[in-house]
Amino acid sequence: MTFLRASGGVQWTGMILALLVAAVFGGASAQGQPGFPVLASLGGVAIASGLLWQFRRGMYAVSLCAVALVLAIAAYLLADGATRHPGYWATVIAVWLGAWMLVARFAELPRRNGAVGNMQALLAPVTFGATLLWLWEVIVRALEVPRVILPAPSAIWARIIRSTDVLWIDFVQTFVKGALSGFAIGVGAALVFALLVDRSDFLRRGLLPVGNFLAALPIIGTAPIMVMWFGFDWPSKAAVVVAMVFFPMLVNTVQGLAATEAMQRDLMRTYNASWAQALFKLRLPAAMPFIFNGLKISSTLALIGAIVAEFFGSPTRGMGFRISTEVGRLQLDMVWAEIAVAALAGSLFYGLIALAERWVTFWHPSQRGR
Amino acid sequence: MRNLLPVLSVVAALLALWYAAVVPMNAQWAQDQARRAGQELSFAALVTDTMNQQRPRLPAPHQVAQELWNSTVVEEMTGRRGFMNTGTLSNRSLIYHGWVTLSATLLGFAIGSGLGIALAVGIVHNRAMDASVMPWAIASQTIPILAIAPMIIVVLNAVGITGLVPKAIISTYLSFFPVVVGMVKGLRAPDQMQLDLMKTYSASGRQVFAKLRWPSAMPYLFASLKVAIAAALVGAIVAELPTGAVAGLGARLLSGSYYGQTVQIWSALFAAAILAASMVALIGLIQRVTLRRMGMAT
Repeated sequence: MTFLRASGGVQWTGMILALLVAAVFGGASAQGQPGFPVLASLGGVAIASGLLWQFRRGMYAVSLCAVALVLAIAAYLLADGATRHPGYWATVIAVWLGAWMLVARFAELPRRNGAVGNMQALLAPVTFGATLLWLWEVIVRALEVPRVILPAPSAIWARIIRSTDVLWIDFVQTFVKGALSGFAIGVGAALVFALLVDRSDFLRRGLLPVGNFLAALPIIGTAPIMVMWFGFDWPSKAAVVVAMVFFPMLVNTVQGLAATEAMQRDLMRTYNASWAQALFKLRLPAAMPFIFNGLKISSTLALIGAIVAEFFGSPTRGMGFRISTEVGRLQLDMVWAEIAVAALAGSLFYGLIALAERWVTFWHPSQRGR
Repeated sequence: MRNLLPVLSVVAALLALWYAAVVPMNAQWAQDQARRAGQELSFAALVTDTMNQQRPRLPAPHQVAQELWNSTVVEEMTGRRGFMNTGTLSNRSLIYHGWVTLSATLLGFAIGSGLGIALAVGIVHNRAMDASVMPWAIASQTIPILAIAPMIIVVLNAVGITGLVPKAIISTYLSFFPVVVGMVKGLRAPDQMQLDLMKTYSASGRQVFAKLRWPSAMPYLFASLKVAIAAALVGAIVAELPTGAVAGLGARLLSGSYYGQTVQIWSALFAAAILAASMVALIGLIQRVTLRRMGMAT
């Protein structure tokens, strides 16, 4: 039973079994059964991935990708003719196990350096995500889930294509006007305030516990108050974002500014460095990992704050407004389209900050490790 | 206790700032009233008026404290529907609404932290899970789940699941992530030397987990549980907004904003803050006791 211990061995065995079940059902009744090309290509995938261990390194990676491609084609064909037939489910399970096996093997591949290595790191998560999306699609189609409960990914995609103009207007209103401006103001204010706090030890000892406490509070609850003060349009959303972003950012920056060692500060003193010089040449760079940690936390908070604040009143545009009204009209594909846009915008925003972090704090151990 | 004086003075400064802000925020309304009555307001009269309005733009701290007291102790002790008169919690008291939110929070927190620990164990022990699940766990947090909350609740309503569970699901989603991240870090905290020692003992994987990885993950677990319970509370509150729920702190916020009852909004907000603070403090207490018994107290 040694092959069970190889990576993806259990999944491979399961895949073969599921295919056998599918073939048996196929023999019993041809109606509603996945077609011969699907079963044949899946069988090919199973046999090929059983033999792959014979290949050498480079060949192994290439043939693994070829197997993945065949599996993807079979999965696509399978999603097209969805039925509730048991043989169909057996085939779906076979594809799922096959994809799982691929994920396990992608994860085991020896990592190269540089761009190829970066692509390699993406293989496993992308396969995993694609499998989830595919399962969602297949289950929705086969069970004929009503559109008002859960639309299929393909329907959501069609909706995104059809209503790009509305999505764009909402995106500008919520993300650019509400979240980004609030993020900039809140982060800027927190940075300035942190520099002030840093000059006095008394203030630092007083503000850190209070700031930590306030950062843990449900600040999002101030949204109705902000809407009352600043009106329905984007300034109230930006104000909520400022309030949410300020304390995490403040606490992180103050901690970061205190992160230098006594030895390093002494060195600055022997250079007779002024406060500003010591700040820009030593303490601010040393605080950067902490500041970026705060920026990352704030970036997700900003989008959440801007969207949730719209539930308490907004002009007739914006992601939060659209989500709450379209839920009421049971247009769930539009809701999911907004969520997809929000997720994409949030991930890109986070990714940009992570990139900037790698560029600025290249010296930090957590960035050098890879 | 070295920090007591600085903390107290910062809190006092915040309160003073708040009182100072009350006057200009509410002055407009006070002056309009006076003009309508044909009077001139002296500064002293203006200040007393702004501090005691029915529906101020910014209520003064003592008004919020008064409302908190009235809607908890006074309502339950003497109210017509209060606990002393009927034996059940009054639906106008913050204790009742707080409990509704707290129960959803605790359920979501329990599921979320359990799920988070299980995922972390899987990620640490299985390389495929590490490579495939971890990036998605991170990506899942860039999705504003709070934005999906209304849809999850409406859809679950359509399927026939109502009440506690939908709110708890949102709390779960928000609280599992900090636990996953913290526990992955914690379970990987033992260094190579300690793992090598376990190997010289010929310890099985399960023994390494139970005797080395799990104990050394404890400080990380408690740190992330504190973050998780605060997040779970936020989730439960926001989950009450979209469906127009009638009970819970989120419902109090929403109805307060509909009817312009600012004092009610602020008191609900402070009730939520007190809940969050006491739950975090409770976990801190458990942490201190546990770590001391394990001999890890600092």
